[in-house]
Amino acid sequence: MIEIRELNKTFRLKTGDVEAVRDVSLTIGDGVIYGVIGSSGAGKSTLVRCLNLLEIPDSGTIILDGVGEIVLKNGKPYLNGKEMTSRQQNDMRRGIGMIFQHFNLLDRCTVFENVAYPLMHTGRSRKQIEERVRELLKLVALEDKIDGYPSQLSGGQKQRVAIARALAAEPRILLSDEATSALDPEATEAILSLLQEVNRKLGVTVVLITHEMAVIKSIADRVAVMEDGRVVEEGSVYEIFADPQEKITRKFVASSSLLGKLDRLLEEDAELVRVRPGEMLVRLMFQKDCVGEHLLTTAARRYGFDLNIILANSEYLHGSPIGGMAGIISGDREKIEMGLAFLRENHVSAEVISDGRADEADHAESLPVS
Amino acid sequence: MEELMRQITPNLYLYRDKFYKSCLATAEMFWKAGLIAGLIGLMLGILLVITKKDGIAPKPLVYQATNLVINIFRSVPFIILLIFLIPLTRAVVGTAINVKGAILPLVFGTVPFYSRQVEVALSGVDPGKVEAARSMGSGTAGLIFRVYLREAVPDLLRVTTVTAISLIGLTTMAGAVGAGGIGSFAINYGQNQNHPDIVNVCVIVLLIVTFILQSLGNGLSRRTTNRGLLNRSHRAKEKEGTV
Repeated sequence: MIEIRELNKTFRLKTGDVEAVRDVSLTIGDGVIYGVIGSSGAGKSTLVRCLNLLEIPDSGTIILDGVGEIVLKNGKPYLNGKEMTSRQQNDMRRGIGMIFQHFNLLDRCTVFENVAYPLMHTGRSRKQIEERVRELLKLVALEDKIDGYPSQLSGGQKQRVAIARALAAEPRILLSDEATSALDPEATEAILSLLQEVNRKLGVTVVLITHEMAVIKSIADRVAVMEDGRVVEEGSVYEIFADPQEKITRKFVASSSLLGKLDRLLEEDAELVRVRPGEMLVRLMFQKDCVGEHLLTTAARRYGFDLNIILANSEYLHGSPIGGMAGIISGDREKIEMGLAFLRENHVSAEVISDGRADEADHAESLPVS
Repeated sequence: MEELMRQITPNLYLYRDKFYKSCLATAEMFWKAGLIAGLIGLMLGILLVITKKDGIAPKPLVYQATNLVINIFRSVPFIILLIFLIPLTRAVVGTAINVKGAILPLVFGTVPFYSRQVEVALSGVDPGKVEAARSMGSGTAGLIFRVYLREAVPDLLRVTTVTAISLIGLTTMAGAVGAGGIGSFAINYGQNQNHPDIVNVCVIVLLIVTFILQSLGNGLSRRTTNRGLLNRSHRAKEKEGTV
């Protein structure tokens, strides 16, 4: 388990102080894939670098299984009450693997030497190292590249070597800093499923940083959303997708689903989303309790309104269905309200985006209700 | 061969023993000063890179002091440095002339230049690689030997070539104050006695040496870019020949 309590890190630059991590507290369970999402500059990279003390936080506490309680005071780490020596810090880092956006392989070393890097000078025999490296390269399916150099590999292959290298010393935790951001969609897919395999097969806890919601959606179990150095929202990936609370979270969720288009259409004031007097543009989100029931048609039939679907999207997240829909409802105002109330009663989150009241021809400003 | 030499370069033939000795003296100055300056320069270069503000072991005072000393010695023209160092040379090696007396000033003339070049070469190593190595538990020594020095080999070879060639230039200047070598031979026996053939041959010899050094440096640098110098294969026997 990784426990982070009230972690702070400020960079003092000539241009002023940058509070990269502010008062972050998180608990990351054993064997989960934990996502941290945020825009660039949100502090997610700094947060993850603080976990293996590549950046020394100014204050806070980090508790790691197998290491102990690291308390940060005045920018110095204290392990179980005593100031950590640089040797202790190095030993601690050895127990945490890390992969990077730009792979950071040693170009003048072969694939073998790269993967063997964390194993050398650790008292292991040449034979042990060779066996371990072969085993790792088998895991990442690159056995045939053992004598190749990084310059001869594709981006995806480089990242696989980097993963093998990060896992060489059998860490319990793997930190992934935008590991797929420099890869094409196909390689991204392959790396993500490899990370998932590593997590499931070896039970390694993966902390994964990204700015892409799609990455979180495809493999993470839980997610923390960061903005301006703070964690603004945290929960299971399903919860976050089904019911995002913060504006930034909604933005990320929208970015990864078809419904994200709705905001663009609204911005462009497209014909499609213009409501006429008496109509109402709504966004409905269906969670696992209500997907699969014919709530919408029931409501429409019972309350006699019409629905014009503009965008709709449904998918499976960790085996549970989640759906969303945007459409224009027209009909008797009272009936519509009753219909929406019925939907809400049945756990559909219904948000009225624009409301063309009878006297206003233009669509009104956004009016969130749910 | 001797007949040919006598015909084309009669004066050189006359002083051929002196010429050989001069070549040997230059070679001796070159490798001795080069070796010492190379080691010191490399160490200072590493010191500069790691003690820098964003280095792996920041020590602003050490960095600034080293930087200042290097700048001072770099800004003194070598011919002045030679004269300036005479008392020190005498105190250290007992004499300020001959090859023996030339080594020290040559080292002083080369180290600042070389350490600066080494600093540049090492700074070219991607900080991401250093960070990755840190994340794998490497300490300062590990980072220096396993990342910085190793990854910068092609650049180090390149700057070493440049420094070696400039060192040859310096050895000829050292000749001017009594160190012997090709430089003083060309001046004393060529220029001063009005024997143009001697000067010409000296130029050709230096050209050839420079050319060889440059090609060697370029070749090795290319040979070590994105790969190790020597390959140790881990490929299974049956797979050999597939690449």
